[in-house]
Amino acid sequence: MKIRYFAWVRERVGKPEEELEPPAAIATVADLMNWLAGRGEEYAHAFENPKVIRAAIDRAHVRADAAIVGAREIAFFPPMTGG
Amino acid sequence: MSATVRLQREPFDAATEAAKLTRGRTDIGAIVTFTGICRGDENGRSLSALTLEHYPDMAEAEIARHVEAAERRWPLLGVTVIHRFGRLVPGEDIVLVVAASSHRQDAFAAAEFLMDYLKTRAPFWKQVEYADGKGDRETKWVDAKQSDDALADRWSKPPGRREAAE
Repeated sequence: MKIRYFAWVRERVGKPEEELEPPAAIATVADLMNWLAGRGEEYAHAFENPKVIRAAIDRAHVRADAAIVGAREIAFFPPMTGG
Repeated sequence: MSATVRLQREPFDAATEAAKLTRGRTDIGAIVTFTGICRGDENGRSLSALTLEHYPDMAEAEIARHVEAAERRWPLLGVTVIHRFGRLVPGEDIVLVVAASSHRQDAFAAAEFLMDYLKTRAPFWKQVEYADGKGDRETKWVDAKQSDDALADRWSKPPGRREAAE
């Protein structure tokens, strides 16, 4: 699946997007953040406080307990500050 | 109802956009236009620029969903939302919401509803550049405001009794 990062999550991870195939045991958005945090220092920094990070699956907002099965694109970003 | 959602780097003209909604029609009795503008200060510090990052495809879809929600809630005759992205300097326009209806209450309420949701749900992120940064260009991602969440939350109450802000 494609994982995308925005704003300071993107800056901390150091890339805007990547293709990753998480293990089958990774069932939810929260699981995925936890798995990503273990991928290296920059990820650990980006996901050090997962409670503040928002997520979207296939371009719609989801909560941390949302299932990721079948997702083509998952995005992580800080709370939005548009308008 | 005519609904237009545009994301663009370029400036927009609020009067032109409002005129597009009313041209050739006599059923519209009220049109509300709101323009959000880049201020020259943030928490008492002066800014040299504001950069808006966005999630292109999702932003368009998310704004369109909220325009549809506004249509279900109020008898609207036209809506236009334009949100700019990229680097803006103080004084430049950031966002435009135009709501047209037969009566003013519906147009005011829909414009306010859309702005409250754009602030908290549309995938845009603001980064400020300080004018007084020493040496290297000093930038900071703007923190989301809890007061903006509270403003968006009030619309989740069932519609009917109170539509506009108090």
